[in-house]
Amino acid sequence: MSLAARAVRRLSRLAPLFVVLLVLVAAACARDYPQTTLAPKGDLARIEDDIFFTTVKWAVLVFVLVEGALVYAIFRFRGKPGDAEPEQIHGNTMVEIIWTVIPALILAMIAVPTVKAIFKENETPKGPNVLTVEVIGHQWWWEFRYPEYNLTTANELHVPVGRTVSLKMGAYDVIHSFWLPEFAGKRDVFPNRETRLWFTAEEPGEYSGQCAEFCGIQHGRMAFRVEAQEPAAFQTWVDHMKTLAAQPAAAAVAAPSTDSVHTSTAGATVQQPAGDLAAQGQKLFLTKGCVGCHSLVAYNAPQGLLGPNLANVGARTYIAAGTLKNTDENLAHWIRNPQEVKHGVLMPVLGVTEDEAKALVAFLRTHQ
Amino acid sequence: MATTVLGQDAHVAAGHGEKTGLWSWITTVDHKRIGILYGATAFLFFLLGGLEAEVIRLQLAKPDNKLVTPEFYNQLFTMHGTTMIFLGVMPLSAMFFNYLIPLMIGARDVAFPRLNAFSYWVFLLGGLFLNSSFLFGAAPNAGWFGYANLTSKQFSPGLNVDFWLMGLQILGVASLAAAVNFFVTIINLRAPGMKLMRMPMFVWMSFITQVLLLLAFPVITVALIMLMFDRLFGTHFFVPAGGGDPILWQHLFWIFGHPEVYILILPAFGIISEVLPVFSRKPLFGYAAMVFSGAFIAFLGFGVWSHHMFSTGMGPIADTFFSLATMLIAIPTGVKIFNWIGTIWGGSLQFKTPMLFALGFIAMFIIGGLSGVMHASPPADLQQTDTYFVVAHFHYVLFGGSIFGLTSGAYYWWPKMSGKMLDEKLGKLHFWLMLIGFNLTFFPMHFVGLHGMPRRVYTYPKGLGFELLNQMETVGALILAVSFLVFLVNIYRTMKSGAKAPADPWNGATLEWSIPSPPQEWNFAEQPVVHGRDPLWEAKRERGGPLPEPPLVSGKGIHLPAPSFWPLVAAVGVTLIFVGFMLLPKVGPWGLVIGISTLFFGVYNWLFEPSYTSIPGVKGKSSSH
Repeated sequence: MSLAARAVRRLSRLAPLFVVLLVLVAAACARDYPQTTLAPKGDLARIEDDIFFTTVKWAVLVFVLVEGALVYAIFRFRGKPGDAEPEQIHGNTMVEIIWTVIPALILAMIAVPTVKAIFKENETPKGPNVLTVEVIGHQWWWEFRYPEYNLTTANELHVPVGRTVSLKMGAYDVIHSFWLPEFAGKRDVFPNRETRLWFTAEEPGEYSGQCAEFCGIQHGRMAFRVEAQEPAAFQTWVDHMKTLAAQPAAAAVAAPSTDSVHTSTAGATVQQPAGDLAAQGQKLFLTKGCVGCHSLVAYNAPQGLLGPNLANVGARTYIAAGTLKNTDENLAHWIRNPQEVKHGVLMPVLGVTEDEAKALVAFLRTHQ
Repeated sequence: MATTVLGQDAHVAAGHGEKTGLWSWITTVDHKRIGILYGATAFLFFLLGGLEAEVIRLQLAKPDNKLVTPEFYNQLFTMHGTTMIFLGVMPLSAMFFNYLIPLMIGARDVAFPRLNAFSYWVFLLGGLFLNSSFLFGAAPNAGWFGYANLTSKQFSPGLNVDFWLMGLQILGVASLAAAVNFFVTIINLRAPGMKLMRMPMFVWMSFITQVLLLLAFPVITVALIMLMFDRLFGTHFFVPAGGGDPILWQHLFWIFGHPEVYILILPAFGIISEVLPVFSRKPLFGYAAMVFSGAFIAFLGFGVWSHHMFSTGMGPIADTFFSLATMLIAIPTGVKIFNWIGTIWGGSLQFKTPMLFALGFIAMFIIGGLSGVMHASPPADLQQTDTYFVVAHFHYVLFGGSIFGLTSGAYYWWPKMSGKMLDEKLGKLHFWLMLIGFNLTFFPMHFVGLHGMPRRVYTYPKGLGFELLNQMETVGALILAVSFLVFLVNIYRTMKSGAKAPADPWNGATLEWSIPSPPQEWNFAEQPVVHGRDPLWEAKRERGGPLPEPPLVSGKGIHLPAPSFWPLVAAVGVTLIFVGFMLLPKVGPWGLVIGISTLFFGVYNWLFEPSYTSIPGVKGKSSSH
């Protein structure tokens, strides 16, 4: 009786702790976690989620039993002043064997599905219906290439629902890690070796991911988005992107000097900028040096550029790899002072005036 | 260690225990004083690492926060990790090794007292060197794991990585020298009758830790030298452009890095294995199983390094091997936890502060262990690695484990080291604040990680749902800071006006409680003889009650190693060598020449100095300088 009463009294003292736990659980139940691993929307993420919850089930069981035994012992064996010396037990072979074997059995219950899942996860998807996408990590943005369509884009990956996407990944500079929680988990990307990851999107929608391996000063600002589309919508997007093409001699790799601007075709696209402001922006894009690092063509795009491909930059949700919403003011701010927005980024401050920035924004907006 | 009687003059010999002043600390070779130096220094570094963590928490308290720059944030998390591991937890463990191993095995000092002083000075100078980088605005910024090829000259041109690289090499010298010392001490200097299987569990776990240090540190040393060559002399071990492979760094680093985890936790295992029996009034349950499980953990610790690399895509065979090997570690770890619960089971528990921290250790370590099993499974780890879930996991192991264990040990042995009792009320307040603050800081990290927050990001955008959890963590971190303030207040108040500690305040079982608090310089006036595992309990049982307070003896004729400042000179030399390497591109070989000369000068004088105090009047020449 007194023991129970004491236990209740002690437990009630822990009440604040329970409140904290409650808040935590509530926090965990809320639905607005767009980058969560706990609501998989793709096959690979489901495999990972299944294994995780297998371990969680066993962990909760072990937690309750072992912490329970600990807490019970703490209350049950409280010493009182004047207690005689307790029995001096040095061990018990039988008990010790049992508590060695039982954890081993539990681990086997986790190990078997783990090994199965390891082999599944390491399979490379094959077949005509597989869409191969090349992923290249850069400091601090993502390049995506579709060899099948000869398309290049950056930071926003479009994929068709229901078609397995096989990622062939590498890095331009240092190690990064491609993490797309709702579809695939993560895989590191290296400058000198290819790594693979795959997933199949189940529902259309926007999904977010980001770099998970520390890669330098702006590791925190290296996000990307995946837009999963119905196959027809995806095909429309592909067809549209193909129109963002270079004219024959795509020589964007070499930064043009001023006198070669008019002969260079690097920045020219099939779309003609609408209006004077945009035309002025186009000129600035060539003369201010933007073209040294950025290409405006998606189809047959030049490779090995330092900056992200801008062929459809006007249509993207974010700029600077998830740093800012793609509004006109943000884009202008970014163009004028990238070092303030994302300190350490490789894009230099080019001395663009406010009016010039407006023109450049107008020009880039025509690239949708 | 010879204990032949040379001294004739009781006053001179007795004077050993009364030496004070800065010079006596600089030249000390007494393992207890060196232990205190280790403890005080490491605690200051620990507070510094804690301060770095508080700034990190403040920066992450809200989305898109601009409290610190991205560059400074990266320096903070790099230095937080590096400091806590190499300048906090490891040297705090070294404090206990130093102070307690000789006392627990009934020895007069460690095997190589001057080498011991050397280890401390190298550690101190290495720590100062590493932190001096802040003064140049060039604190290390590539993470405590320093992954290649981000650390290459091309991507990290500044001195930041050099400070880290040289600092760790300096600290490695300290760790290796200390490991050799304690290894030899435990093997050779045990009191008569103290067989290996009679050693206190703390000594056993310390012994295993030294083996880990001796085997793991050479690997990181090799990796650091390769990186140093890459950065200084243009080699390409880790530079892909030159045919090197950055993943080689990861293998080398984690072959060191995983055993390092056990280097950080095994001493805490040992500490609570001493505390739990004493405050349960019952011997440790399953002594032999505890020894073998510790050894087994250490052995397996060298075969699991690649579980830090599941996301690199090693292929199914390697994933399977490292996954199963990692899961195996849960078995001996479980055995330890069950044996600790078995120890308190049926006991008569005394809830003194050290006991609270030891019980807190078990409760928290279980959580860390269970989340560890979760990412031992590579498919699950593909989501968890490099997220806050992992940050939560290893803080449950290293804070909930190591720090709770070390704090338990600090409260337990404080009376022995200082001669003063700490205040129990403040101690309990410290415990509850720390328990609550700790869980509030680190438990939400599990969720924020699973919900998609990666590690080592200086900020996060709005709208990903990270705000509330991060705010809770920040509040928790502030509570943790308060808990350590309470500890400091406790230390300050009891040092000024606390109760004097008797020799055996807790009814201890091990030899250190048989001598005065604090012990006299020579530890044991008479060589103790050991007849069982809990020698002091047996002595008390035989006597049928507590032992009388041990008398302060004169120390007449007791022969001790002489103070020396050559270890400090040699340590300065070691530090200068690495500073010289760092400055090689700037000042040429002169830094190196000075460093090597200083080391040579120090070691030369060390070699030819008499190693024992010569008593004036006997030899007519004093070796003190």
